[in-house]
Amino acid sequence: MTNEKTIREPLFHISKRAPLSKGQVALIYLSAVVIALILSGFVCTLLFGANPFAALVGIFEGNFGTDSRIWWLLRDASLLLLVSLALAPAFRMKFWNLGGNGQIIMGALACYACMHYAYGQIPNVIMYILMITTSVGVGILWAIIPAVFKAKWNTNETLFTLMMNYIAMGLVNYATSKWSLQQTGKLEPINGAKLPEIGNKYILIILIAVAVTVFMFFYLKKSKHGFEVALVGESVNTARYVGINVKKTVIRTVLLSGAICGIVGLLFCGVVDGNVYEDTPQNMGFTAIMAVWFAQCNPLIMIISSFGIIFLSRGINHYQKNVLKLTNSAVSDMIVGFVYFIILCCEFFVVYKLQTRRNKRNFGFKDISEQIAGKGDGKPTAVEKEERNEGGNK
Amino acid sequence: MKKQIALELKNICKYFPGKVIANKNVNLTLYKGEILSLLGENGSGKTTLMNMISGIYFPDEGKIFIDGEEVVIRSPKDAFKYKIGMIHQHFKLVDIFSAAENIVLGVNDGSRYNIKKVNSRVREIAERYGFDIDPKKKIYNMSVSEKQTVEIIKVLYRGADILILDEPTAVLTPQEIEKLFVILRKMKADGKSIIIITHKLNEVMEISDRVSILRKGEYIGTVETAETNPKELTEMMVGKKTDLKIERVKTDFDRPLLEIRDLVINKDDGSLAIDNASFYIRGGEILGVAGIAGCGQKELCEAIAGLRPIKSGLIMHKGENLIGLPPKVIIEKGVSMSFIPEDRLGMGLAPSFSITDNMMLKTYSEGRGPFVDRKSARARANALIEKLDIVTPSSETPVRRLSGGNVQKVLVGREIESAPNVIITAYPVRGLDINSSYVIYDILNEQKKKGTGILFIGEDLDVMLALCDKIIVICHGKIMGIVHAEKTTKEELGLMMTGSLDLTEEKKDKNYGIAKDSNLTEEEWKAEEEKQAEKENEDD
Repeated sequence: MTNEKTIREPLFHISKRAPLSKGQVALIYLSAVVIALILSGFVCTLLFGANPFAALVGIFEGNFGTDSRIWWLLRDASLLLLVSLALAPAFRMKFWNLGGNGQIIMGALACYACMHYAYGQIPNVIMYILMITTSVGVGILWAIIPAVFKAKWNTNETLFTLMMNYIAMGLVNYATSKWSLQQTGKLEPINGAKLPEIGNKYILIILIAVAVTVFMFFYLKKSKHGFEVALVGESVNTARYVGINVKKTVIRTVLLSGAICGIVGLLFCGVVDGNVYEDTPQNMGFTAIMAVWFAQCNPLIMIISSFGIIFLSRGINHYQKNVLKLTNSAVSDMIVGFVYFIILCCEFFVVYKLQTRRNKRNFGFKDISEQIAGKGDGKPTAVEKEERNEGGNK
Repeated sequence: MKKQIALELKNICKYFPGKVIANKNVNLTLYKGEILSLLGENGSGKTTLMNMISGIYFPDEGKIFIDGEEVVIRSPKDAFKYKIGMIHQHFKLVDIFSAAENIVLGVNDGSRYNIKKVNSRVREIAERYGFDIDPKKKIYNMSVSEKQTVEIIKVLYRGADILILDEPTAVLTPQEIEKLFVILRKMKADGKSIIIITHKLNEVMEISDRVSILRKGEYIGTVETAETNPKELTEMMVGKKTDLKIERVKTDFDRPLLEIRDLVINKDDGSLAIDNASFYIRGGEILGVAGIAGCGQKELCEAIAGLRPIKSGLIMHKGENLIGLPPKVIIEKGVSMSFIPEDRLGMGLAPSFSITDNMMLKTYSEGRGPFVDRKSARARANALIEKLDIVTPSSETPVRRLSGGNVQKVLVGREIESAPNVIITAYPVRGLDINSSYVIYDILNEQKKKGTGILFIGEDLDVMLALCDKIIVICHGKIMGIVHAEKTTKEELGLMMTGSLDLTEEKKDKNYGIAKDSNLTEEEWKAEEEKQAEKENEDD
């Protein structure tokens, strides 16, 4: 026989909570960001003795301090938004495209190749058309190879797209050794061949981001294709059962994904840098995964998440370079990671709640519980019965 | 002699989010050496209550007493400490382990792991209660009933005195149920206390000493089995008088709508799922398919719907061959298939989609333009919600959040709305309570009157005997016989399901399962067969 009987209730237990309203969810996320920022400030104080408020000021300074900083913020946020929009349909379909970086690099490389060979040889307009079509085409190619393998032989797209990144980086190195004139290990920018400016250098990027956002919103939420994408992501069996050609849907969606990544590559090379490097995408192929995740594949919320991510990383970078006088990005990486971590943690609170011993009665049942407590016989009153029936039907 | 109380629950309450009351003020007493049936419709909180006793959930209010002492059960480990063992509806076994390995898994009695000792103890327990088990047999080689035996021995091995069985008979044949009941009675004689959850009233009457009834989470009462009858129990369970009779509508049978000949289908692993099956469905007929779970029912459904390639044979719909056609074309021809898998959400519905989106699963591509027509789908969803009394906050609620019965109403309702001429439906009432089940039977009967041919793949033999016109019995993919529901008995069906009785052997005539008034002449069948053979050769 057992001697010790457990008669104490557990201190708290975890239970699922009723679905929250959109406002409540937003509030949870917002408070997560605030908590994360305050905590990062304290970490900075602990490590460097810096004033935690100075960090906050530094972040704003880094983003809004000068006109060009504001433009850079908008440029990077738009680019990240575009990459997120590229990944969103694939992710919606549960096709884990981790090859954003590679697809962007290949788009940029194709663009650079056109500039390298065609600049000055043919009319600029034709060169622009070539740049656009090859960038998009090569971006598609880089995405569609894993997709075809997935559709035909059910290979793992996660590893496949990831490995395609390294091939793309290798190709850039090869091109560098081939095309570089001074053998400095870097290609020379071809600024003359950049796409024409409209108003400002970066307005084109912002306009494209806006257009693609609107397109993607309607594509995912309202179109027949979007419906198919969501259904394949939900259940391949059900999709087949209602007569959807799953292979076709996978390939078509990833094609779209690759095409937008190709456009981003074009913008990096043909608008921003006039050049291509191994780290042209600034790791946006991976950062965008966070943006998509936070936004739950909703293109409109992605505007906020992309902007927030860029705002934070640009701001922290500025702060550590100019205030902490650090040359590497260790601190900013750490703090950005910290913020991500806390935001992801708060997802737990969106789905679950902790019930402690004391407050377990108080979640919408307070009144009923009190009535129960008042009666020993357990026979419900008419009011209670009504309430129960309502509840039981849900 | 005064009976000793083994387990007592006092005023147990459990609330779920969204103001759902799963259990409220439940009082339950279990004596030593008795079998108590827990009866209630789906969603009445039986499983929730049992989960609280076995430490999976924690009660929000109330007290649990074991042997007269108050206890708090915080985890399944605690439950074992108090000698409570639960046998879940869905088995929790490691496939590649042997029976004994599964049984000893998680036991921490301080001694070293010694499989030989475990094997002999398992044999000892098996002998004591009359189980039939080989401790060294791997789970993946076991039948459903053997797996259940492992689960039961698992809790006995841990020394459980209170056993909770959650719908143990749902997956068994009549003969296996009889065997299980013999074992339960032996355990009872040995002083164990048993709580058994079941929907089937005849089983309640047969096995239990007392019956406790829950309705909508509320404790209704406990009665002595000897002093009650199924009718009274149903009334307590449903809360009103109900007529338990399923109607078999009389219709004039039309010509065969769907004719299947010599059909051979493989399972995913390449083994035989359906072995040379021939049968036909007439318009205005409900044709039942009886068989132990996993005997090729799923593969048959998938093959007819065009989702699974067949090995050989013909599936003719109104004289046209369906084989090789894409699923979409088969749907357009009016062949509707709905399969309710064990998790109830698998095929035919998208769980996180709204009711509206699920309504347009099969029709979304209709209409011109690149956008889907959500407006008309919403109207159809609302009409269906009203017609079938689907309980939901709105048409935009994800079906995942609906209760089982309402999910099935959405699925069956959508299928019928598309006005099919052949309905293939597998387990449409799986896990539904009595009221919802009757709604589904009514819908099927209504379709039958309209001249639709219905293939009803079911679990409950009593229901099939009452509802179907004819019943095909399959055993490991082979048709054992096609019988008229009015002329057969449950025992006969049970024998056929286990393969002990083969009517096709007896009758030996070649035309078993072949309609005399087929849509095609024998020559035409021959021609179709040749065409099919040619096509297969081309594919190779």
